[in-house]
Amino acid sequence: MSDPVSPSFDAETEAEAELEPEPGEDPSATDAEPGRTGAHSVVAALENAGAEAMFGVQGGAIMPVYDALYDSDLRHVMMAHEQAAAHAADAYGIVSGTPGVCLATSGPGATNLVTGIADADMDSDPMVALTGQVPTDFVGNDAFQETDTTGVTAPITKTNYFADHADTVGDTVGEAFAYAAAGRPGPTLVDLPKDVTQDETAVEPGDATVPDTYDPQTEADDEAVAEAARRLERAEKPVVLVGGGVIKGDATEELRAFAREYEIPVATSMPAVGAFPEDDDLSLEMVGMHGTGYANMATTHCDVMLAVGTRFDDRLTGGVDTFAPEAEVLHVDIDPAEISKNVTADVALIGDAATVLDQLDAEMERAPDCREWRSQCWTWKSEYPMDYATPDDEPLKPQFVVEAFDEATGDDTIVTTGVGQHQMWAVQYWTYTEPRTWVSSHGLGTMGYGLPAAIGAKFAADDDQQVVCFEGDGSFLMTMQELSVAVRENLDITVAVLNNEYIGMVRQWQDAFYDGRHSASEYNWCPEFEPLAEAFGAQGFTVSDYDEVADTVEAALAYDGPSVVDVRIDPAENVYPMVPSGGANGKFALSEDQL
Amino acid sequence: MTEGLQGPAPDERPHPDGRRTKQGTRIDPEVEAEQDTRTAVVSALVEHEPGVLAKVSGLFSRRQFNIESLTVGPTTVEGNARITLVVEETDDGIDQVKKQVEKLRPVIQVGELDDDAVCAELVVLKVRGDEPDKVHAITQMYEGQTLDAGPRTITVQITGDQQKIDDAVDAFRQFGIIEIARTGQTALARGDTPTTPGEEPGHEKAAEKTRKDDTRTGTYDD
Repeated sequence: MSDPVSPSFDAETEAEAELEPEPGEDPSATDAEPGRTGAHSVVAALENAGAEAMFGVQGGAIMPVYDALYDSDLRHVMMAHEQAAAHAADAYGIVSGTPGVCLATSGPGATNLVTGIADADMDSDPMVALTGQVPTDFVGNDAFQETDTTGVTAPITKTNYFADHADTVGDTVGEAFAYAAAGRPGPTLVDLPKDVTQDETAVEPGDATVPDTYDPQTEADDEAVAEAARRLERAEKPVVLVGGGVIKGDATEELRAFAREYEIPVATSMPAVGAFPEDDDLSLEMVGMHGTGYANMATTHCDVMLAVGTRFDDRLTGGVDTFAPEAEVLHVDIDPAEISKNVTADVALIGDAATVLDQLDAEMERAPDCREWRSQCWTWKSEYPMDYATPDDEPLKPQFVVEAFDEATGDDTIVTTGVGQHQMWAVQYWTYTEPRTWVSSHGLGTMGYGLPAAIGAKFAADDDQQVVCFEGDGSFLMTMQELSVAVRENLDITVAVLNNEYIGMVRQWQDAFYDGRHSASEYNWCPEFEPLAEAFGAQGFTVSDYDEVADTVEAALAYDGPSVVDVRIDPAENVYPMVPSGGANGKFALSEDQL
Repeated sequence: MTEGLQGPAPDERPHPDGRRTKQGTRIDPEVEAEQDTRTAVVSALVEHEPGVLAKVSGLFSRRQFNIESLTVGPTTVEGNARITLVVEETDDGIDQVKKQVEKLRPVIQVGELDDDAVCAELVVLKVRGDEPDKVHAITQMYEGQTLDAGPRTITVQITGDQQKIDDAVDAFRQFGIIEIARTGQTALARGDTPTTPGEEPGHEKAAEKTRKDDTRTGTYDD
């Protein structure tokens, strides 16, 4: 199931041999293998490029591609909805590092992909979207199921293409695949008019290569490296801020070695969770709106910040006026446009994260003298512990359930989430130690991401790697139809719905900022998830008491197939610490009355 | 049983005195520094595929860059085009404009032109035809041409830098401007300086004729 399928090179060689003209024969007569179409080139290009898994939904304009897939060894998963196909492909890319592929037909198929493409774009995840399009002659006529897909997706893709000929479509798809993974990853899209995929062609796609206008700088300038090293050496209060680029750039080992060698405390952005082990003494865990008190104190008071592969999102910085206000910022990024976009870099280190960290390590002559600073950070760790109360007279706390799942599973377990309160509890109370084990919707904040992401992640996971999905009741209801896919594919995933019968994060904000007026955030009726899961063919559980949590978690994890646990949590529980939008990170509130 | 979140309240904690500007630059807390905007001419050498103009103009609207004008036309290198952008932004904003445009796949090179760059714009003006002699005189004064002259309207064209065009438009107001069309500025770097960094002279590259234009695909929307 999760084994990558290697492209069959033998078959290709045979096909080429068949195309060799016989002596004396008119070469033009042997142009195309009968019935070999643009769609076959699309599939061949994906095989050549190293595509492993595809997630999609059928439809009129994409049928030629599906027909060509019928003969291919590429793994295709039929999803219930195109949005889920995009999220599954996105999660596949996050866990494996290889672009996930999603397919949809024209019109509504393509527009349903849009949320998932935008999500991948915000989080710089490698993904390729292939969309059917009406035949070229119909384009522009408002034909049935026609949408200007390249127009719609231009702002949310790394780039997109409109395929215009069966002879070139294979190379275009290959380029889209290579480009999605190159440098700073991102989603690419190829729009495939039905005539282009249906027309016959003899042209075999070549190797997948990035566009020749694309040549990212991988090694930082020596002078900048020397300048950064000098500033880091004389820092008294240094912090390493890790962004998602460290994981995407496979720089986790270099990052860990660097921080440990120079004994610098490490904070992570949310996409970087898992890049640095959260049980390490140097770890401050996550910084930002719902980050730890100690990460927010340390980043607020530091004097030098080595920021690696982060785009300084506003949920991370809080108000930029008070973000690390006295720190010299040494910014490592492979995308020059991220340098000084949101926070001005004092030293710009443009390059690949692993390469630049190696360069810095080679340049450093001594570790910064920051023993006092480290003990200050440890003081903050003990002053602001991540903790929650469990009074007997209040319902089950969600944090307890997250910890119970963490204890019952291995370190390499993959966690996926939807978006909302449950997502924050899942990041705060699970101890992440490995990269590519935290899969969430960070930049776009897409409710309903968790279940389709768990499906995509399961296909990318090692055979013995568990996948646990945390969802909220509101978030789960947005994409729960994908349970049908999990059952059909017999995927061993466990979904914990932290159910408070609210759009919980909105309810929390209404209590804090809108005088407790629960406008459109409170369900006066919510389906029961246990029988609903059973109706889909999954195993359902319900738990509401502390005493039953451990056993239920164990049973749900042990079930061989998809299981759903309806966890009835305290509906009044809130997510803290919290930095209000635009506020100072150092002034994080520990409870609502501190906002 | 555990206690829940603890620790000093926000106002019991130390806070640094430092501040950053809206742009994220560290400042002296006593001095509130705002960056002034300036006008910059940015030239982008691009692959002339369908959709490239939509990609560039879409970028400007979604990133809220202030754009004054945008011109586009082919170069002597087959398959290439040059887009000239006039933007009004802070120094940081102009830097972002250049880097974001550079990221678009069909974009080959981007450069900002120096103050001494050669810039030109064309305006076509239609004025009332009551005073043909005077219109002719003003047109001559601005080294323009009369494109059409009839009993009711006269249409002229003027070329030159932005200042000259602005002045000419002012001068023609006395006749009553019925319609006006301006192209926006297009520009090249002065002398031997390449207009975008590393740009090769067009006549050398044109000779190669080995471009892979026929293997490229693009959008159909313009």
